[in-house]
Amino acid sequence: MMTGQLEDNKLVLATLGVSIIFGGLTALDNVNFEMERDSITTLIGPNGAGKTTFFNCLTGIYKPTSGTINYYPTPEKLTSLIGLAPDRITTIGLARTFQNIRLFNNLTVLENILIACHSRMKAGLLGALFRDSKTRAEEKAMADYSYSLLEQYGLAKSANHLAKNLPYGDQRRLEIVRALATRPVILLLDEPAAGLNNQETKDLDAFIRLIRDKEKLSVLLIEHDMSLVMSVSEKVYVMEYGRVIASGPPEEIQKDPKVIKAYLGEE
Amino acid sequence: MEFFRDLFFSGLTKGSIYALIALGYTMVYGIIALINFAHGEIYMIGAFTALIASMILSSFGLAGWGLLVLVALIAALYSAMYGFTVEKIAYKPLRESSRLAPLISAIGMSIFLQNYVQLVQSSNFQVFNNIIPDISFIKAGSIVNKTQFMIVLTTALSMVALTIFIKKTKIGMAMRAVSQDQVMARLTGVKIDRIISSTFIIGSVLAAIGGLLIGCSMRQIDFYIGFLAGMKAFTAAVLGGIGSIPGAVIGALILGFAESFAAGYISSEYEDVVAFVLLIVILTFRPTGIMGQATTQKV
Amino acid sequence: MSINHSKETHYPAKESFLSSFFRSLTEEIKAALVATLWFCFLTLPLVCFRINANTQKIDYLWERLPKVAIIAFVATLIWRFLRKRLSFSHVKDTLDEVSGPPPDEARGPGGSWVTYLMAAKHKKLYAILALAFLVTIPFWVSPYVVMILITALIYICLGLGLNIVVGVSGLLNLGYVAFYAIGAYTYALLNHSFGLSFWICLPLGALTATTLGLLLGLPILRLSGDYLAIVTLGFGEIIRLVLTNANFTNGPSGIGGIAPPGLFGINLNATVKPFLVNLHLMHKDMDLNKVLIFFIMLLMVILTIICVFRLENSRLGRAWLALREDEVACQAMGINRTKAKLTAFAIGSTWAGLAGVVFASQITFINPSNFTFMQSVMILSIVVLGGMGSIPGVIVGAIVLTLLPEYLRGFANYRMLLFGLLMVLMMVFRPGGLIQSTRQVYIHKPLENKEP
Repeated sequence: MMTGQLEDNKLVLATLGVSIIFGGLTALDNVNFEMERDSITTLIGPNGAGKTTFFNCLTGIYKPTSGTINYYPTPEKLTSLIGLAPDRITTIGLARTFQNIRLFNNLTVLENILIACHSRMKAGLLGALFRDSKTRAEEKAMADYSYSLLEQYGLAKSANHLAKNLPYGDQRRLEIVRALATRPVILLLDEPAAGLNNQETKDLDAFIRLIRDKEKLSVLLIEHDMSLVMSVSEKVYVMEYGRVIASGPPEEIQKDPKVIKAYLGEE
Repeated sequence: MEFFRDLFFSGLTKGSIYALIALGYTMVYGIIALINFAHGEIYMIGAFTALIASMILSSFGLAGWGLLVLVALIAALYSAMYGFTVEKIAYKPLRESSRLAPLISAIGMSIFLQNYVQLVQSSNFQVFNNIIPDISFIKAGSIVNKTQFMIVLTTALSMVALTIFIKKTKIGMAMRAVSQDQVMARLTGVKIDRIISSTFIIGSVLAAIGGLLIGCSMRQIDFYIGFLAGMKAFTAAVLGGIGSIPGAVIGALILGFAESFAAGYISSEYEDVVAFVLLIVILTFRPTGIMGQATTQKV
Repeated sequence: MSINHSKETHYPAKESFLSSFFRSLTEEIKAALVATLWFCFLTLPLVCFRINANTQKIDYLWERLPKVAIIAFVATLIWRFLRKRLSFSHVKDTLDEVSGPPPDEARGPGGSWVTYLMAAKHKKLYAILALAFLVTIPFWVSPYVVMILITALIYICLGLGLNIVVGVSGLLNLGYVAFYAIGAYTYALLNHSFGLSFWICLPLGALTATTLGLLLGLPILRLSGDYLAIVTLGFGEIIRLVLTNANFTNGPSGIGGIAPPGLFGINLNATVKPFLVNLHLMHKDMDLNKVLIFFIMLLMVILTIICVFRLENSRLGRAWLALREDEVACQAMGINRTKAKLTAFAIGSTWAGLAGVVFASQITFINPSNFTFMQSVMILSIVVLGGMGSIPGVIVGAIVLTLLPEYLRGFANYRMLLFGLLMVLMMVFRPGGLIQSTRQVYIHKPLENKEP
């Protein structure tokens, strides 16, 4: 899938042989992973399986010891993500949320979104100081865009509230909307359902589908909540001890004996 | 050759004092990730307390090893109390705060203590009589004098004692646990407050001993010695790998030697610059220090 | 969402805080007594046994002990009171979350009267009135007051500059005084050796400072907060040591005879001054060069305020804020954090350089002792006291910290002591500063989106 049939390329992201070793500990071991364009893929596995480590490799926080990570922003274009800095990776189309919410707490909700518009704005030091018409127009356009994004996803009424004052569920949602503001091709969500109750999780399910359909992007989740995983995923990858032990549609994974063993231990 | 030898032992002595102070920095940083700016002042307070105690006790006729040991105990006790109090006032309330707040509070505490001593005592240099008694096998013309010998011996013994303490005692193990993972340590029943206080106390005791020894060595102290020595000791701790006890000592010795040789062979005026330049160099090229291990940040 | 107002769940915020404090009064007094005993024992050697350098004996100052006891007792009570109140207000904030978020106001932590003031409608009018008033000052005050005001204005500039680095971007620069020194020495040396005028040296001083900021920033900006603090401190000390020991800077003696700024070559004291004195418009001892410096600084402060305000509310400023709030998330937003840190650092240094040039022209004689670590601490205190990231806060902080010592001359000895204490207390009780920063509020109008 790497060369040749690029026009048929249905993949948006593919890794081959990704491994990372931290001072003797192999956190990721030869991970092969493929994600189709506009799909919703989930990564599951027991704690310590390496899921977030894999995310961090994808987003440039860690550099893999070996392997390749290929990203196809469009079917014809190929970019290798290895060695790119995290901010660069965001600019080319991968956005993420974090396991422990990382909002800009002392800034308003709107400002959180505005910051995400950073890479789509041009104004620099001179623009900031002189506030010429181009800069002002840019600021207005981005403020408008940010506000409309909040409106679309039901956060408009909190636009001027400090991010830390939002209720937990809204904070989680804000983090996802903020990631959307970077106009990603792939959205990576790290345990988005953590701390949510049943109803909120159902809302999240619908929310993820809505985003995927509306914004035309691909979603990669790490999740522990099995009901959400089974409901929303089109493909599931199961990891254990840094390795992928199974992959496929959720119904198959559910019945896979290796997966059951990984979660429940030996018979 | 004699010049080199003198520089060597002068560096060794300096390094030993830095080590005693650096241990306090490295232990506190290892446990709560804070640069205890006020630690240099604890060292200075130890020196002053030692001087006051020695003056009072010797006026009662006490002398010799008895005087030295008693003065050391008193200085250690008081520095421990000051260290304990500083932690409770300036750091404990800020445990949940941003990383900037404890740092600023530490600087404030450092300035407060410096000026406190300056006000209640005086700004002048105070003469410090060397209360180390003569040692039988060290005579005039020996390679090292009695003070240098005591300094190196004390540091070595302290290192050994501290290592045993950390490895074998319950509190020592708890300290290591807390420095690795505070949440887990608390969950397994470790009383975090007590461990943190113990860390401060031990660091302060070592610093106090350093203060006493520097007084004996330099024969004078003033309220400002804490600032410079503190900076250099912290540099030493970073050099050796912050959080690592052997690292602190190694870093301190390296710094001591570097300063001594630089002062001897280059220029004594730029001696103080050595520490800062070393600091910038090590932080630029190997921030984890000599003994440090690269830690990966949990995201 | 409603709160259950049953008898058992009587939230503490409903009960008056004062009454709850007085209920536990015996507990508080017991604790205060214990603390008093502790502090008396703790401070006994240093406070009561003063070493007499002349007699080489101890002066037993027992009379100090009761003073220590009283201070310890009262201070402990106040401390406990304030700490309790702090935890109460946290409970109140949480309750607000439960009962609904605050109304359309980007409210910072606490300080409600302050936010009200800041949101005052006629802010621009007040500013203009204040400015008009300031412009008239040299005409009716003594020369000494003008000197103090110049100093205050310089510190406002320094505070605002450091605010960019510390308050907005969260980079603790403890060696800020180094850039101040560089600006000052640049002017001093260029003026001394080449006779370059103030006006030429102003941008040059700023340029040198900024360049040095960039050079220093590049290697160290990947360091975490604590290390950054120490390294910048070290840098400040290195600069001071170099200035003290290098030949071309004239060492500890410093450089004197620095020319004040000129105005088209006119000798103000000779020509304009007699005119003004005769009209009773000016004090006869006033140095008009200093008045010129006053107006220059006033202009500089106004420009600085405008620049800093614009920077904060721009793409660049938001990147800095993101950096302060969460570096990892900041990167995830596509912001290159090294570039952001570097720009904050360099731009912050620019102001120190500018202020340094003016300072040199004001006191006409500089030496390394003008630029110690304590100066860095003073500037940091201004930012911390005033309010990190808050422009009005820093201005107030600068005014308070420069003018107060002048009017509290009796406390001169205690100045640094109080500074240190202030920093600790501010961090514990009011980390946001006197005037906390408030966020930009965006008002959405259905047809057009307007920024207030």
